[in-house]
Amino acid sequence: MNDFENLSISSAIEGLANKNFTSLELTEFFIKKIEKNKDLNCFITSTFDKAIEMAKISDQKIKENEARPLEGIPIGMKDLFCTNGVRTTAGSKILENFVPFYESTVSNNLWNSGAIMLGKTNMDEFAMGSANTTSFFGNVKNPLGSKVNKELVPGGSSGGSASAVSSGLCLGSTGSDTGGSIRQPASFCGLVGLKPTYGRCSRFGMIAFASSLDQAGPITKTVEDSALMLQAMVSFDKRDSTSSRQSIPDFSDFKKLSIKGKRIGIPKEYMIDGLNSDIKKIWDSGISWFKSEGAEILEISLPHTKSALPTYYIIAPAEASANLARYDGIRYGFRHNADDLNDLYQKTRGFGFGKEVKRRLMIGTYVLSAGYYDAYYLKALKVRKLISQDFEDSFQKCDLILTPTTPNVAFAIGEKQTNPIEMYLNDVLTVPASLAGLPAISVPSGFNSEKLPIGLQLIGKPFDEISVLAAGAVIEESRGF
Amino acid sequence: MSIDNSTVKKVANLARIEINEEEETTLITELNNILGWVDELKQVNTDSVEPMLSVFNESMQMREDKAESNFDNNQILDNSPESNSGFFVVPRVVE
Repeated sequence: MNDFENLSISSAIEGLANKNFTSLELTEFFIKKIEKNKDLNCFITSTFDKAIEMAKISDQKIKENEARPLEGIPIGMKDLFCTNGVRTTAGSKILENFVPFYESTVSNNLWNSGAIMLGKTNMDEFAMGSANTTSFFGNVKNPLGSKVNKELVPGGSSGGSASAVSSGLCLGSTGSDTGGSIRQPASFCGLVGLKPTYGRCSRFGMIAFASSLDQAGPITKTVEDSALMLQAMVSFDKRDSTSSRQSIPDFSDFKKLSIKGKRIGIPKEYMIDGLNSDIKKIWDSGISWFKSEGAEILEISLPHTKSALPTYYIIAPAEASANLARYDGIRYGFRHNADDLNDLYQKTRGFGFGKEVKRRLMIGTYVLSAGYYDAYYLKALKVRKLISQDFEDSFQKCDLILTPTTPNVAFAIGEKQTNPIEMYLNDVLTVPASLAGLPAISVPSGFNSEKLPIGLQLIGKPFDEISVLAAGAVIEESRGF
Repeated sequence: MSIDNSTVKKVANLARIEINEEEETTLITELNNILGWVDELKQVNTDSVEPMLSVFNESMQMREDKAESNFDNNQILDNSPESNSGFFVVPRVVE
């Protein structure tokens, strides 16, 4: 059998078209590989029978020259996307037995493009976490840990998705990003993670965390794969009130776009205390790569950067406390029985939610409660405006912004567990673009002294994913691996 | 601003989350730390700044006010912890 472990989506499409292998062969390869790598804990639910069935249909389509854009490509689906007839848990005990009877728009779009579902990938509970250590179904391991003889986190919250692609258990996967949940795990696992502009991907059927921030996106090995998956995922959807009607470009056009003459902004405020020195070095290399390609580099200022993380940790929990009110043990999900209705709610939620989720629901409830609303929530909404305005002002002067994705490389499982704020600081460089709803990509750009991957982040103007992808491709071509 | 036992109890009740004494103690420390940390926002001047609820700035479209039923009752009830005769079952609320 062929070894498909290092295959990209684009080369798989080519191989399938040239009849070098079939989708069934591909799918069976990944099924075996998933079974052999159960210790990584990438999947909460596997859907192998469904995958085989889908692969057979794809092979038929290819035979009949009716292949759709992702025909026969096996992927992992983050367990945040509702899948019709397939258990969807959001990594929580409270949804341990929830089986949706409808399909999320993003997953539906992918199946309609011919993609094949291998299973539902593990994640931090309700996407609240940066290390995939808050999942009810156990933590996920980063396959790169074996390089340094440590058990490393894959990042979070899309940790199962990132670990699965990195260890070659699928060709690509979906993630969702509220404050960095696609870009940070992609960076920790040496992958490309793209969070599109807010509104590009429909949120219908995507289990809500913080609705004004949640956005789906792909995790892949290459920038080209990212464009391919993104194309399949996006659509205008009348079932999502904030789904964008902006025209959808052909994202593969990024290949035709030259970075020459583009202005790349380097925000001085991202040079934070505690930025790992290897990461700083790679950031400098990134700047030189763009210079060599004829881009203009300029220092910019995003003065409210340091307020972004505290702002996020008011807004996201506030929205979560409203969104997660639906888990009451009545209509679906886990129920803890009690004689009294109020007691039933309290026990169901007390036993059904994990520590981190409860912590955030408490914060969210507090900042929205009478007497504190203005001081915390309203204040945060105003600072969010200032953060967004910073980006708007900067994009008058530059076309793209280049920063590191994370302040540090992947850390050991069990680290950063004593103080929640320590964990939150992981997202310090990804949260600002989330608050402003901007497209941003993390691209593998180098390694630290231990050979652990380092990602650089490119942030673009609203709906300008093409420039973000084009700049990502420059990194891919320049980094020398 | 400081969170004490009674605040934690009050907030937990508002959020409808039962917490035990151990959790209560931990939450007092953690919430104080987190809220103390986000307090730095107070130093940001936001006079005459409009609150930003969403980055989405396209006009929302009205849809026809028409009831649609895409699912049958059984599909919906299949996910419920307890149902009877087409209804969700809850503890007695009226004596």
